[in-house]
Amino acid sequence: MENRLVIVGAGQSGFAVAAKLRALGDQRPITMIGDEGLPPYQRPPLSKTYLTGAVEFGSLLFRPEDWFREKGIDLRLSNPVEEIDRQTKHVVMRKGDKLAFGDLVLTTGASPRRLPSAIGGDLDGVYVVRDKRDCDLLRRVMHPGRRVLIVGGGYIGLEAAAVARSLGLKVLLLELGTRILQRVAASDTSDIVRAVHLANGVELREDTGLRMLISDKGRVVGAELSDGSRVTADFVIVGIGVVPNDQLARASGLAVGNGISVDEYGRTSDPSIFAAGDCAEFSYRGMSVRLESVQNAVDQAETVATSITGGRAPYQPQPWFWSDQFDLKLQIAGYNAGYDRTLVRNGQRPGAKSVWYFQQEQFIAVDAINDPKAFVSGKRMLALGINPPEEILENEALDLVEYTRSATASSAA
Amino acid sequence: MIEITFIEAGGQEITVTAPVSGNLMHIGQRADVAGMLGECGGTCGCGTCHVYVEQAWLDRLPPIADDEADMLSLSDGLRSESRLACQIKISSELHGLRVQMPDLAR
Repeated sequence: MENRLVIVGAGQSGFAVAAKLRALGDQRPITMIGDEGLPPYQRPPLSKTYLTGAVEFGSLLFRPEDWFREKGIDLRLSNPVEEIDRQTKHVVMRKGDKLAFGDLVLTTGASPRRLPSAIGGDLDGVYVVRDKRDCDLLRRVMHPGRRVLIVGGGYIGLEAAAVARSLGLKVLLLELGTRILQRVAASDTSDIVRAVHLANGVELREDTGLRMLISDKGRVVGAELSDGSRVTADFVIVGIGVVPNDQLARASGLAVGNGISVDEYGRTSDPSIFAAGDCAEFSYRGMSVRLESVQNAVDQAETVATSITGGRAPYQPQPWFWSDQFDLKLQIAGYNAGYDRTLVRNGQRPGAKSVWYFQQEQFIAVDAINDPKAFVSGKRMLALGINPPEEILENEALDLVEYTRSATASSAA
Repeated sequence: MIEITFIEAGGQEITVTAPVSGNLMHIGQRADVAGMLGECGGTCGCGTCHVYVEQAWLDRLPPIADDEADMLSLSDGLRSESRLACQIKISSELHGLRVQMPDLAR
């Protein structure tokens, strides 16, 4: 019987499945299939230090290519899977080759949402930020003095704005919602982040959408905004979210919602097919969620690896995330969906702040801004189910780490 | 090239010959040292590349920065020799460095 594990998608999550299996001592043959011609690499630095040119691409590789050979992991690059045949347990690749699998893992990730072509989404000079190629193209046009229009005030748009300003470009960022980070953070956090961008010369227009891009000979030269005003732009970066790459799963009849549906063991509706990372949807705190983060890509992948070896360890996500913009280091622990109240706390060091999220008096998440103590404290409290009283958080003279240590000791007692 | 030894929580020693570049986390990851997670990619953002640096070597490293100390402050198994491997830049003076991985039930 075929026991080959086929992993479709050679990103962080696919790599984590393979690495965890080998760390568990599992020696079954593995084929990992990617559509970029590159071994697995870290994506978060792409929109940060790689885009500024501060780090070399080689340092982003999780392992050198030799490692995969040594570990018996057959890397197939630039040859994406086009079809899953569940009956015969084969995948069919673009170049026509068929590959049999015992178990199959889908770590296909997500793709950036594009602007509709009707408003200029296909014009030359319109970029997205998702993979190395996107960033290499961007690096060629990010010259000092040029004017970039950024569509979308989420993490990607804001990180791109910070990089562009640091390289000396003029930046106009549009956010259709009433405030930047509207989908992912409270207004307290938006206010802090906005102030940093404004202080660094980013022009921000919130509550302002894009009506259409304006072109000349097929190339973007500006835009007409929802308020009727017109702006010029040398190029455009679109950061309006991602959509899960669930087409393969959908076409093969697997259950798919907003992403490939998996249970707490990472299993899809087919018992020999698993999914993890940005492409997977699962149940968390009574909600159906898809988490776009390194934490989820790795931890869900490790759950899948354990399930494949016959272990049963349900995925219990402890979400965390980070973003770097200018001198702002944002670290987030927990998942704030459903919050009904926030509390802002000033940290001990200058500029350190944290925003604490509660749902029905229960602490669910914290955004720590240049305040690693708040981050590690909040993360630990969430892991142990410690609910910090309001008077503790409001007492800014109190050392949160000390509080967390004593609360940990009493929760263990 | 320099030589660095990682001692895994289970006692196994892994000695690596590495070029004088990058940081200690990258070297440990590429040698598959158990427990060298480094999920944030080496930006002092997650605290998952916790190592113990033997005291004699600790004295030769630049002192710990506030951010690094804060990130470590609630780590399991925190000791005075605790450091984050991503914050230890590799230099030729570190030839022979020995670091121990903490025992983390994960």
